[in-house]
Formats: sequence, structure tokens, C-alpha cells
Amino acid sequence: MDGSDAKKVVNESGIEIQTLYGPGDVERSGGMDFVGDPGGYPFTRGIHKEMYRKRPWTMRQYAGFGNPAETNQRFKYLIENGQTGLNVAFDLPTQTGLDSDNVLAEGEVGRVGMAIDSLADFETAFDGIDLDKITVSLTINGSAAILIAMYLAMAEKRGYDLKTLRGTAQNDILKEFIGRGTWVFPVEPSIKLVGDTIEFCAEHTPKYSPVSVCGYHIRESGCNPAEEMAYAFCIAKAYADDVIGRGMHVDEFAGRLSYNFNLFGNLFEQVAKFRAGRSLWAKIIKEEYGAEDPRSMWLRMIAGGGGGGLTFEQPEVNIMRGAYYALISALSGTQTMALCSYDEAYTIPTEYSARISLRTMQLLMDEMGLCDTVDPLAGSYYVETLTNQMRGKMEAVMAEVAEAGGIVEMVKDGRIQAKVSEQAYDMHKDIESGEFPKVGVNRYRIEEDDEHEVEFHPYNIADAEMQIESLRGVRSRRDTKAASAALAKVKGAAEAGDNVMPAIMEAVKAYATVGEITDAMVEVYGRYEEPIRF
Amino acid sequence: MTSAKKIKVLIGKPGLDGHDVGAKIVARALIDAGFDVVYTGLRKTPSEIAQQAMEIEADVIGLSSLAGSHIDFCTKLKGLIDQYGLKEKLWLIGGCIPKQDHGALKEIGLDGIFPNGSRLDDIVEFISANTQSGDA
Repeated sequence: MDGSDAKKVVNESGIEIQTLYGPGDVERSGGMDFVGDPGGYPFTRGIHKEMYRKRPWTMRQYAGFGNPAETNQRFKYLIENGQTGLNVAFDLPTQTGLDSDNVLAEGEVGRVGMAIDSLADFETAFDGIDLDKITVSLTINGSAAILIAMYLAMAEKRGYDLKTLRGTAQNDILKEFIGRGTWVFPVEPSIKLVGDTIEFCAEHTPKYSPVSVCGYHIRESGCNPAEEMAYAFCIAKAYADDVIGRGMHVDEFAGRLSYNFNLFGNLFEQVAKFRAGRSLWAKIIKEEYGAEDPRSMWLRMIAGGGGGGLTFEQPEVNIMRGAYYALISALSGTQTMALCSYDEAYTIPTEYSARISLRTMQLLMDEMGLCDTVDPLAGSYYVETLTNQMRGKMEAVMAEVAEAGGIVEMVKDGRIQAKVSEQAYDMHKDIESGEFPKVGVNRYRIEEDDEHEVEFHPYNIADAEMQIESLRGVRSRRDTKAASAALAKVKGAAEAGDNVMPAIMEAVKAYATVGEITDAMVEVYGRYEEPIRF
Repeated sequence: MTSAKKIKVLIGKPGLDGHDVGAKIVARALIDAGFDVVYTGLRKTPSEIAQQAMEIEADVIGLSSLAGSHIDFCTKLKGLIDQYGLKEKLWLIGGCIPKQDHGALKEIGLDGIFPNGSRLDDIVEFISANTQSGDA
């Protein structure tokens, strides 16, 4: 209690905020025991000793549309403009394991991302891009095992050594069941597939990160910041448990796990979330899993300025929101940054809006001194207290999930989906009523808003037709026997319960398609049936 | 609302789009407003949606779309709506629906378009005013 008459303030994670903080508050919340030094356990202040002084954050705007040739041009445009990594957007047919000529793909080919059918498309998409200099993150989940294999096969074909090849795949299927929705197979085989990629990559591509566990989309779907991180840790543990169950040691894979978190909301709550999360994950991996390698304890992450915070109303104001999100990201010690562009409530980003996002991050890096010193908010009575409190909230959420039977069970029966969507509904009502302030939405509205036009990224149906044409070309040119034999091996490996990755690698090299490889696995695993809970 | 027969609303997610936050929010709001609501779940084909609308005897078919393929599937659904005799049903769409497409959607036969930023009350009122038990 601080004795003031000020109106009660509670952050989204449910922590009451005082008018003033002092050393006593830090002590009462748990003291500074968890703070430590950057680069050392428990990593509250950052996973590296020198952080941005040594290496600034990677800038990785989400990009991809139309066919691979067009996307290749956008990639090159972003790189020319100073982007330091790629974050690949795939269209929905690719994400859900359908070929571009599937009837279910009609009208969707190349619309919200790049269409990929076979290895030939990856060869085109990354043509002329130096994969040693530009690391590539694949935003792919339901069909991730196939797309990872295509990426590795493409790199290998171009002469890169898989032992040193870097890159990331999102490949977090559990969050797809909670939000985002690009699942393919039922829950159990889906987790098994993630385990297959972790196991395969640990052996063959030790620098490649096969999974980026996402709190981001669960936050977009309605959970609060403490839950965002807690749920992500529960999910990461589910994957870790799968591969440990196969006999792997935690230090063989944990160092290549990465994370993806959201940034919108209260600045201090967000910064505290990241600082608290780093120490909590380090503690889990060390104490529960017995890791000894400090790298296994690192909470490596991309933190993205989420679309959930942006508004349809007065879209140009989203440019400023994005700037504050980027500031949060830099103050939080993220490894990689991405921002939803200001027009994303309307359309996928144009070159223009993508460039504004990139410049926003570059401003922080080059003009504002965000790279000068590590964890600049450390020692603030408020931030340290809040960091301790956020850690407590996350632990409480994780305990609740364990009590409820674990995240996998909650996903299977739809309890977690229902909980998150209920919170989204409550938040939406609070925004409509003005209880939760949103500039331009429930205050400072302008009438001419209705007149506002953003420039739309055009959808070109001819690109989709070209993609289908090129897919047919691949099917007619390839060695049909080899492709069929490889597909039979994928099915065989799935049936036997073996790791399917070696068979998938062989299949993609034989130019089997995303749809064909998916279907081979569907024959064994079946398809996910969504529990309709909201 | 306490009228004997509740208005029945089918909330559908056509196509491959996985964004269902808005669809679920609208579904909950309509339940709170006293409507009978069925949500299809993700990734339904136009024919699955038309079929379900017929089976549950929906008064209202509300679609949610945020991935840009709305004209395509509404065109397909239009044919099925005519074929299944669902022409009289109130047909709505919400989500990421750019203004430039509103004309085309109206022409296809959409009765109401509720893009991002629409208020839940407006959706409820529109349905109440345009269904037979609209006096409820």
C-alpha cells in the first residue's frame, strides 16, 4: 500500500501498480537474487554478456507473397534496405499441407504468403541470397517437417555445409491448436513430428533451430502477458519431454530451442515479462531438466510488435505504436525483432509499409542509443519489483496448467482454447466500453476515419496460375518412380513410428510435393478434428 | 429477449484462414444477446457451410474472413445458397473486408458487411432488425 488516493491501477497480468516504488518494494517482492549478470545464470539481464554492443538485434520482417520468384524480389528489396534476416511468410495452402492445384487451395494460392509446392520453389525463392550472411526463419507449423527438409535440401544442393547452416523454423504446433489454426495432423502425431525435427536437427544440423515456441499467437488470441510466457514454457516442456522420452539429453537440444513473443501492451509490464521469463526458463531447464550447458538455459527469442495491438482506426497511428513496441523489444534484450506494419489490419504489407517498419528498428539502433549498454532498466525499483511479480504470476499459471492435467490435455479437449477466447471476448468488451483505453478506437476518434484509404498490396491471380503451371512442370519432369518410392518410405516410417525426417528429406529431393508428402502422413496419422469450444 | 423461438445464427469460417478470434467474439456476443449460435470451426468449404446452415435451420449465416479470399468463397457459396433454397436467410460477413470489395459482395448477395472495427451492438441490432423475430 502506498497510501495515495490515486485510482487503482492493475496491469493486464493482474498485478496492482503502486504510485511509487522504493527499495523496500524490491525486497518484499523477492529482492535482487534473480538479477545476476548478463550472460550468466539466471540470465535476467540478457543471455549474452555484451548484448547489443557486440551484436545488435537481427531485423526480420515477415515477408512473402505470390510465387517464389516474386518473393525472391521482395527478399532482395528488404536486404538492400538493411534487413539482416528473413522471416518467410507462406500462403495458407502451403501452411496446411495442400498443393497449389488442390481444389481447397482455390483463391488462396500466394495470397497471404509465398506458395511452395516443391524443392524447385525453394531454389527460386532463395536464389542469389547468401545463406551464411542472411539467416532465414520459416514461419511454418503444420507442414513444418516438410518445409524444413526442403530448406535443408536447397541449402545442401547449393553447397552449404549442413553442420554449420543456421536458421529457424517456427514449427510450434501446439500453439496452432490454440490460435493461428494451421494444424494438419491430430495432437499426438503433431507433437511427435516436432520431436522428429528436433532429434533430426540435433544430429544433422546442430546450428539450426528447429522450433521457435510461440507465446505470440496465444497472446494475439486473448491471453495476458504472464500467461503468454507461461503457456509457451508449458508447450516447450511438452516438446522437450517428447525427445527426452526418446533418450535424448537436455543439453543435446535445448540450446537450439528458440522463442517468439509479443510486444503490445504496457511498456513496463512487457519489459518485466521478458526479464522474468529469461530467469524462469533458465531455472526450469537447469533445475527440472538438469541442464549443465548454459546455452541450454538461454531464452533466445524474436519479439514482434503484434498485430493485436494495432488498430483498424487511424492506421497511420500504428506507425507510432510500432515504434514503441520496437523500443520495448530493445529494452527487453531480444535477439531478433519484427514489427507488424501499420497497414496490417487491412492487408499484407506493401514495400512502403515494410520499409517504414524496418526504419523504425534502425532508428533505435543508430540514433537512440539502445545498443550502448546492457539491460538499461535494471535497478529501477519499479522494474525489478515488477520483474519479480511477473515471475510469480508465470509460475502460478504454470502450476494451474499442471493441476489441470497439462497443456497437451488442455489443448486436446479445447479447455485452453475456450479460456483464451473468453478472455479475448472480455477484452473486446472492455475496449468497446472504453474501460480499456485504445487511442483512436474508444477515445480521440475522428469522423473522417471512414474515408481513410491505405494502399493495398495487390493480389495477382496470374501469379497463382503461374505457380500451378510450374507445379505441373515439376511433376512431369521428375523421376516419377523415385518420387513414389520416396513417398512410400515416408508412409512406412510413419507407420513404424520411426523418425520421418530422413524419409522426408529423400522425398523432397525427389521433388515430391508438400501436398503429396502431407497426404502420405495423413494416411497414417489422420487429420485433426477441432473441438468446437469458444 | 424472451421470444419463444430464438433466432439461429451460423458463424462460419470458410477457406483456410486460421484467424478465429473475431468469429468467436461475435459468436459469444450473439449468445449474450439471446441468439442461438452454432460455430462451424475452422477451414470449412462453402458446401459444408451451406449444408450445416440447412441442417440447423439457420436464420442467419455469418462468415468471418481475414485472409483475403472472401470474394472467391462468397461467389461459390452464392451458388449453393440458391441451390439449397437458403436465399431468404440473412447473410453477413465480417473481418478484414476492404471497402473496395463491399460493392462486389453486396452484388453477390451479402446483406451486411461488418469489417474490423465494427461494434458488436451494431451486429446484434442489424440481425434483430432484419430477421423475422426482429421485434424481440
